[in-house]
Amino acid sequence: MDIERGKVTAIMGPSGTGKTTLLKLIGGQLKPDAGTVHVDGENVHKLSQTALYNLRRRTMGMLFQSGALLTDLSVYDNVAFPLREHTKLPEVAIHHLVLLKLEAVGLRGARDLMPAELSGGMARRVALARAIALDPQMIMFDEPFTGQDPISMGVLVKLIHDMNYALGMTSVVVSHDVGETSSIADFIYVISDGKVIQSGTPMELKHSKSAWVQQFLGGVADGPVPFHFAAAPLMDDLMQGENQ
Amino acid sequence: MIGEKFGDKLQAIGHRTLNRFNRVGRGSLFLWQILLSLPYIMQRPVLLVRQLYYVGVQTLLIILVAGLFVGMVLALQAYIVLVDFGAEDSISLMVSLSILRELGPVFTGLLFAGRAGSALTAEIGLMKSTEQLSGMEMMAVNPMQYIIAPRFLAGVIAVPLLTSIFMAIAILGGFFVATEMLGIYEGVFWSQMQVNVDFYSDLMNGMIKSLVFGFVIVWIAVFEGYDCIPTSEGLGQATTRTVVHGSLAVLGLDFILTALMFSV
Repeated sequence: MDIERGKVTAIMGPSGTGKTTLLKLIGGQLKPDAGTVHVDGENVHKLSQTALYNLRRRTMGMLFQSGALLTDLSVYDNVAFPLREHTKLPEVAIHHLVLLKLEAVGLRGARDLMPAELSGGMARRVALARAIALDPQMIMFDEPFTGQDPISMGVLVKLIHDMNYALGMTSVVVSHDVGETSSIADFIYVISDGKVIQSGTPMELKHSKSAWVQQFLGGVADGPVPFHFAAAPLMDDLMQGENQ
Repeated sequence: MIGEKFGDKLQAIGHRTLNRFNRVGRGSLFLWQILLSLPYIMQRPVLLVRQLYYVGVQTLLIILVAGLFVGMVLALQAYIVLVDFGAEDSISLMVSLSILRELGPVFTGLLFAGRAGSALTAEIGLMKSTEQLSGMEMMAVNPMQYIIAPRFLAGVIAVPLLTSIFMAIAILGGFFVATEMLGIYEGVFWSQMQVNVDFYSDLMNGMIKSLVFGFVIVWIAVFEGYDCIPTSEGLGQATTRTVVHGSLAVLGLDFILTALMFSV
């Protein structure tokens, strides 16, 4: 699997197929049983802890599903957090940077709110502002659209798309929202049970001959992925109840 | 059939035992990582100060109230026993020795485990379940340094301080009951204490106990939080474990330390 620099790469697949695990492998939070992950030419899992933290600081940002904002800090302090931890910038410069990042996600006016006062969509936008605070080369989005109302979803789609091109970033989007993801992705990997089933541009996937991919993209209830969870035949199960 | 069931039981016991040892191992490695992360606090002393406020200052009220009543009750009970022997003048000796050697460190430890230990576990566990810890890691900020180490050190510092406050207020409570209610002379109360209580063997041993208790309680508390299963059920179990294991550890260690310090 290759993730190209400067492009939006989507990783799609049903829930529980290891999409988030894949992001955690790229970020070095989990160790693979087999295989290697290279980021910016470095083997993530061969690095010492210090080198891994340096790599993360230099190249990676990650947007968690829940936002993962620090609940005891205000929106402003959350965005300022990585700047204060990793740079020696004076407070004035941090102030300007934070306001610019918040302006980019449209939440400059919400800077004094606490995370608990934000809606889910706003929390994700603040988390996005925080993720771009250090201008990383790559941002990983973990299910950015899940549980969002149509407006917030539209805002997030636009933000991911615009930021990718405005800042020249590499974006990795993990998602199972077919429509939104295809609209911004340059390239899509479809995975299931930890394996890449198919890959290609959104157009190529749409015309895929694989019944599995068609079921997934079309959201059909029954097909290669069965509607029923694996179980004994219904009649046997019912008869067993009678025997007891 | 019976053999099979017995085999299953045996396997379950083996499984549980292995899990226990596994946890002990993880806990020890965790402690090692905490100790390695402690120097980071020098760069961010404000984190430590904030935690000292949360675990120390906010536990103060319960320590003060409990200390006062323990001292008062102790003076009453001591008087009832001593007066039969005409030894009621030694009331301050009995109060101060029980407080300094045993009740001060043990009570403070138990209260701290219930009040601050459980709060630490719940806070860290919730940070884990809301991905704040992973989020921090991905921002290249080590949660061991930023979250765990300041809380650990704050607890280790706070418990001996709280213990000394507990001791002081308990003795004052005993003094109040002895002089105001039981008619012991103030001078007798203080002079008996001054003559018979030894700074090193009584007060210092009590403080050493409290240092050990504080160390063990916060270690358990931060480990349970960090290691919890990030669900509401797992978090509840972890918080309970902190209080139960923390309290039992205090009582067990107290016996060992007393045996080492005071046995002839």
